[in-house]
Amino acid sequence: MSNWDILWSSYDVFLNGFYNTLKLFGLSAVLAFILGSGIVFLLEGSRPRLKIPLRIFIDAMRMLPFLILAYLLYYGLPSAGIRMSAWTAGIIALVIYHGAYFAEILRGCRATFAQGQVEAAIAQGFSQPKMFMRIILPQLILKTRGLLGNQLIILLKDTAFLVIITVRELTAAASSLSSTYFIPMEAFIVVIGFYWLISIGLELFIKMIGRFGAKRGFENA
Amino acid sequence: MPETAAVSIRKLSKSFDGTEVLRDVSLEVQPGEVVSILGSSGSGKSTLLRCINWLEQPEHGDIRIDGDRIGVSDSGKAMSRRELAGMRARLGMVFQGFNLWPHLSVLRNVTEAPIHVQGLSKAEADERAMVLLEKVGMADKREQYPYTLSGGQKQRVAIARALAMQPKVMLFDEPTSALDPELVGEVLGVIKDLSKEGYTMVLVTHEMEFARAVSDQVVFLDKGIIIEKSHPNEFFVNPKTDRVRRFLELEAPAV
Repeated sequence: MSNWDILWSSYDVFLNGFYNTLKLFGLSAVLAFILGSGIVFLLEGSRPRLKIPLRIFIDAMRMLPFLILAYLLYYGLPSAGIRMSAWTAGIIALVIYHGAYFAEILRGCRATFAQGQVEAAIAQGFSQPKMFMRIILPQLILKTRGLLGNQLIILLKDTAFLVIITVRELTAAASSLSSTYFIPMEAFIVVIGFYWLISIGLELFIKMIGRFGAKRGFENA
Repeated sequence: MPETAAVSIRKLSKSFDGTEVLRDVSLEVQPGEVVSILGSSGSGKSTLLRCINWLEQPEHGDIRIDGDRIGVSDSGKAMSRRELAGMRARLGMVFQGFNLWPHLSVLRNVTEAPIHVQGLSKAEADERAMVLLEKVGMADKREQYPYTLSGGQKQRVAIARALAMQPKVMLFDEPTSALDPELVGEVLGVIKDLSKEGYTMVLVTHEMEFARAVSDQVVFLDKGIIIEKSHPNEFFVNPKTDRVRRFLELEAPAV
């Protein structure tokens, strides 16, 4: 039996890892984006008391290696009496870490947003949340789609770190197969293929947003 | 009994960083009236207009829309955001820079506030929007996006957008100043039609001939003070002050 045949016979291990990685990635990406958008909304206008803590949060996350955050949540917090499953810790780590990055990307774009459009919305009686959801956020997404796409790919790759806190995702599947059968090369090549697959899907998704934007004159943004 | 003024401004003062831009400005706009605010740049005319819907907050004085005070609630405290939004929705504003929302089609620019502020159904809002787009001659462009339009077309859509909230008063802040000369006419034509339909309008403009043709009242601001307030025929033919006479010689030698 060749090494590849061994891997083929354990395809369910890969599929299970792939499924878990997709779930981890999808859930964290959505929640992180909501968190990032929420932070940018809270940074809008008249909430000076929130501004400083939010800035500190964003900068703290950006200065922290992701792996250390995951470690802290899973292995560190129990000593403070907070215990959670590897999944929960992993998702929380991904969400707050990448949420901060999403916030930073959107915030930078918000800073250059045309004030006139905001005034037009205010003059028509829009409430702040509605104006943010309907007028500001859609345009921030169209303008930052490239950066958001990059961040999503980084998020995807960061899911691999969660093998260290025992989450049974793709990299965990490869690493367990490679140590059971001593075939690290082949096992890891297979998971690279899976990561590529998700990345290509992401790329297509970002391209779709790009076409949506181009139709509206956002192609040079 | 005189009817309630559509806009009533009393003793308004406003300064930016200690520089006074409006001083003791009082002005009444009656329903159906068209009032033009003239003056050189820096005279405070745009600021005055922007105070009316509280995009700028004056320090002193009060502004009433249809008898209701904007910005300050009955108890004398600053209005809540919700109250303020409600007051603003009674006023339509057209900006110099159009300020259309680029991610929305022409039709959706017009229906956005009726749907999401007034709570109209999509069908009702569409119907209302199409009547207005027809009025400004943009109905056939309803599916296009703002970046494909000329300045004049954008401004006509912006006018339809403001009208879609069925405001009591329309405010125009230099609506043709950002347009190429050959596009000015189409926008002024729309505004003129609105004046004939009896819309109450306050407009800041540099188009002297136009102001003369559409206005019931002309107000001249100089360094934040109203120095002349009169009927356009009076204003353009027999200005009372040297300041206005000089202004008219420079701005509208042909009028």
